[in-house]
Amino acid sequence: MFAYYIELGLRSLKRNPVLTALMVLGIALGIAASMTSLTLFHMMGSDPIPSKSTKLHYVQLDTWDPNQPFDEEGNAPDQVTYRDAQALMEAGKADRQAAMYKVSYPIQPENPEVKPFLALGRATYSDFFPMFEPPFRYGGAWDHGQDSQHGRVVVLSKATNEKLFGGADSVGKRVRMNDVDYTVVGVLDEWRPRVKFYDLTNGSLNDPEEFYMPYTTAIELKANASGNNQCWKPSASGWDAYLASECVWQQFWVELDSPAKLAEYRAFLDNYANEQKKLGRFQRPLNNHLYDVREWLENQKVVPKDVQIQVGLSFAFLLVCLINTVGLLLAKFTRKSGEIGLRRALGASKPQLFAQHLIEAGMVGVTGGVLGLVLTFGGLAMTRMLYDYYGNVARLDFSMVATTILLSIFAAVLAGVYPTWRACQVAPAAQLKTQ
Amino acid sequence: MLKMSHLSKVYRTHMVETHALRDFSIHVRDGEFVAVTGPSGSGKTTFLNIAGLLEDFTGGEFWLDGVDVRGMGDDARSRLRNEKIGFIFQSFNLIPDLNIFDNVDVPLRYRGFGGAERRKRIEESLTRVGLASRMKHYPSELSGGQQQRVAIARALAGSPRLLMADEPTGNLDSLMARGVMELLEDINRQGTTIIMVTHDPELAARAQRNVHIIDGQVTDFDEEPKLRKPGFENRDSRLGKEGVLA
Repeated sequence: MFAYYIELGLRSLKRNPVLTALMVLGIALGIAASMTSLTLFHMMGSDPIPSKSTKLHYVQLDTWDPNQPFDEEGNAPDQVTYRDAQALMEAGKADRQAAMYKVSYPIQPENPEVKPFLALGRATYSDFFPMFEPPFRYGGAWDHGQDSQHGRVVVLSKATNEKLFGGADSVGKRVRMNDVDYTVVGVLDEWRPRVKFYDLTNGSLNDPEEFYMPYTTAIELKANASGNNQCWKPSASGWDAYLASECVWQQFWVELDSPAKLAEYRAFLDNYANEQKKLGRFQRPLNNHLYDVREWLENQKVVPKDVQIQVGLSFAFLLVCLINTVGLLLAKFTRKSGEIGLRRALGASKPQLFAQHLIEAGMVGVTGGVLGLVLTFGGLAMTRMLYDYYGNVARLDFSMVATTILLSIFAAVLAGVYPTWRACQVAPAAQLKTQ
Repeated sequence: MLKMSHLSKVYRTHMVETHALRDFSIHVRDGEFVAVTGPSGSGKTTFLNIAGLLEDFTGGEFWLDGVDVRGMGDDARSRLRNEKIGFIFQSFNLIPDLNIFDNVDVPLRYRGFGGAERRKRIEESLTRVGLASRMKHYPSELSGGQQQRVAIARALAGSPRLLMADEPTGNLDSLMARGVMELLEDINRQGTTIIMVTHDPELAARAQRNVHIIDGQVTDFDEEPKLRKPGFENRDSRLGKEGVLA
């Protein structure tokens, strides 16, 4: 009977093309508005690295001013000091660990046709790569030896490699940055996490870096941080004084493969903080945290409040569109009451007629969903055009495409329930006499 | 085939109570052709609707082909209606955006027949009413008489045991009415029980038995079937050799 109901639905929708178009358009607009905002919400809030998000943990240590907390909510600073990052790296208590910070260097291409340019990079440890799993196109990460020897090595992003070497395998070639030569050990493939979760303190929707270099090398070469830097007490001038200061400017991630290791690492951090207290640091109450990826996204409020409000408003708009569709379906099914009465007389049961008309409503939903999908693509393209910042998240993935269609069908069927129920209540005898 | 005993039907609103049928008893046997007559508002159509399981009744008993329909649920009534009863209405009640084939197909779909069986039955019933060549036509492309024949084909396609006809010739001119009536007689001769509501005394006279209803009660009922009257006189020359309108 399903195929028969589809056939009847098609006929019925063709019978009143204007009414059908109004219903489809209403659903499509509601779906497009809600899916555009829901996509932003979903892409910003969803797990950017599901295979590892429970193993990767961001370290928070409260080294802040004993007289006032880091923020109004009493949180610890969202970055760590160089001293603490070094101490945690040296302790090496996690399965993997990586201190990191944002740098910027001028790149001086050998090719005279390419002008020197300023590139944003990340100074980090070799564990960064197996921890966050960026895909390599050529070569690979530098090794632990390069970390300890302050190696002059670099991993390029795909775009930087395109710019410098025309996309060819550049492993082993030299790149000159800020008057220092580095050897290319790896080139990343396209890597564009929808949220730059490993460094939320410097723009969660920013593009990934253009190059990656050993942290130890950057420190040795006194590469200043290009990201956020917050201090609660003044420090003396000079690079060494800056490294010894209580300024927070680095991110620290650990990979812990089991809950037991997580518990051990928490204890280790508390012990570390207590030891530091004895040395006159960490004067605030113990406030260390280990956040997994999702917890860290939530803590940093990656999904802004206005996006959440926008989702609410767009769903309210969808509701208005649905109420409009309910009205149109009521009108349509009321006009069909004669046919419904006839079908009852010819042997159709109420559930059969209910199914038939719900399927018809569902077909409006499918059509509205497809049109809504096209409009959603348009809405997201417009968002990308108007707000460059959302460029990485204003994109539909497969799950959102499926959600769009399913939501549309669900919405249309929901809108069809009451009109269908009303239509099935017709007294067939009365309808047949008045036909 | 159909037996009603002391049946009543009351329509209630918060202000008014209307007795459409009261102490209504009737027994229609297998294969009979019964004409139901009476003035407007007498309860003829109410009787037909209850007999066709389109409406519930308030009191009394009703047996249809040996089945007690009292208290029967909606699904069971729909199934029984689909399997045992065919309807013919005064205004034909064809679905305008379905062609003739698909109109006749409607009750067969709900019956659950397979595609081949449905096609066979549709072709047979349309052939029987003389419209096999018009299967792809739409109702608006047919005359009133042809539309009523389609409605008859639709009623017959499911091989019902009982055919309920509510003023089947009411919207037809006399020529077409005769054609339809002869077709109904032919169907009855082949064993289908027919109950026909009509205002037309000439048509009623052609039935085997007459039931006259006034104020919701049977006032006159032929207890025994009478001999069918011979065919209409001055049969129109446009009728084919099988009495089917061309």
